[in-house]
Amino acid sequence: MGTKAIISGVHDTQVGALPDSTCMSLHAEAALGALADAGLKVSDIDGLLTAYSFASPQLMLGGVLGEYLGLRPKVNASIAMGGMTAGLLVRHAESLVRSGRCRHVLCVTGDNRLTGMGDKVQAALADVGHPQYEQPYGMSVPAAFAMAAQVYFHEGWLNGDHLAAVAVNQRANAALHPQSHMKKPITMDDVRKSKVIASPLRMLDCCLVSDGGAAVVVSAAETGRDRPKRAVELLGIGEGHTHEHIFAAPSLVDFGCKESAADALAQAGLKHQDVDCAHIYDCFTSTLLITLESMGFYGRGQAGPAALAGEFAIGGRFPVNTNGGLLSYGSSGAAGGMFHVVEAVRQLRGECGPRQVKDAEVALAHTLGGIFSGHCSIIMGRA
Amino acid sequence: MAEVQAKPMPVPDSISRPYWEGANQGEFRFQRCRTCGKAQFYSRYACVHCQSTELQWQVAEGLGRVASFSVIHRAPIAAFMADTPYVLALVDLDEGFRFMCNVLNCDPATVKVGMRVRVCYETRPGSEQKVPQVEPATS
Repeated sequence: MGTKAIISGVHDTQVGALPDSTCMSLHAEAALGALADAGLKVSDIDGLLTAYSFASPQLMLGGVLGEYLGLRPKVNASIAMGGMTAGLLVRHAESLVRSGRCRHVLCVTGDNRLTGMGDKVQAALADVGHPQYEQPYGMSVPAAFAMAAQVYFHEGWLNGDHLAAVAVNQRANAALHPQSHMKKPITMDDVRKSKVIASPLRMLDCCLVSDGGAAVVVSAAETGRDRPKRAVELLGIGEGHTHEHIFAAPSLVDFGCKESAADALAQAGLKHQDVDCAHIYDCFTSTLLITLESMGFYGRGQAGPAALAGEFAIGGRFPVNTNGGLLSYGSSGAAGGMFHVVEAVRQLRGECGPRQVKDAEVALAHTLGGIFSGHCSIIMGRA
Repeated sequence: MAEVQAKPMPVPDSISRPYWEGANQGEFRFQRCRTCGKAQFYSRYACVHCQSTELQWQVAEGLGRVASFSVIHRAPIAAFMADTPYVLALVDLDEGFRFMCNVLNCDPATVKVGMRVRVCYETRPGSEQKVPQVEPATS
């Protein structure tokens, strides 16, 4: 048992269409913002962890960012595990701090996915899925995620109203966040009448594509008293990995989030009901509901009715995705998951203003990569 | 208007070649492990269940059930736009493994979870490679 790890600084940039941004400017803005939030200088950082970029792919993104910022870390790595990467950066930063290898690890994500892709969009879309066993069939990402949703619909565990309630709630939350990508209110009918993309998923069940960046600093707990902001402790982190391609998933009902959440809670010595707010990877409305059930926060067929009953609202029984999530706050590649981490920290610090969950002491941030393929659950609490 | 690119086609490798050559001969081939007796899709160097490398090729009957599906209204790339709405499915063959395909030769609105299907082979313009697909078993 080594040093405890805290999150000492967070920052997320404006999200949306940012045509003047570049992948590196978003990384730099997020990184410098998180350092300022933590009261640290570039020279204090001894570990740098980064993800990947679609708009400006790099062989060594960590090397590029280190050079760009004038950083000379002792540890430098880039991790590419799709949407779960943000969680993994925090998980590995925590390990580096706990082992004593590093004191302050900077984790940075960002991409100008909306305005910076140019003609790379088609190539990126064509690249989705297994080249021999999926791409010849015209699989889209929504259709791959719809495979699990369809089973939930078939069993009567989910329906279109359940999904719509998630989209409406998160749009309302995003309207309370000054930086969010989509603030225009939507109604249940707007979701139900939006175009079918891949049944049973409609346009407003799908997350956004945004430019944006986010960063966090993970520090040794004993440095926390010198930091300007209230420290947030990393209490438990779990992973779960079951497959890569949806046809190879061992189940279409339960996924690796079951193990990742159980492991994170066990490490924290907490139970599901101890979690005051959850910030869960929501590439689709159905993804959120299925993940909540698979993680055990709701019984089978109960997450959808809970959404309809308003339980996920900021004042509800179990506030979820208070910043609006990938559905309405923004989704910028690996930064999508990091936005959830940043919001969880802000909730525990009590910085969320109109979005603040009353007396939030324990938060869950959960990221997902692939098609329910890999999961990372992070339980954090007020230090 | 720019020419629409052809649909992506598999490029068989040394491990998958028997599968794709089988499709061209109207056979749905799969690997079964001599050590543990279980089937696997797709073909690999070793058994996914017990990691034995004692694998043998067998031919499936070609009958199965739709485990799940989605009717795609928005194609991921231009090559599939003319097909919308089309059905993407996960099919469990009776031999005990799952694969992805399209459900052909039926109204997409009639596809259901649990529906019985049989393997068929699609010929695509400009390619010698036949593509394993399914159609309703009753048609």
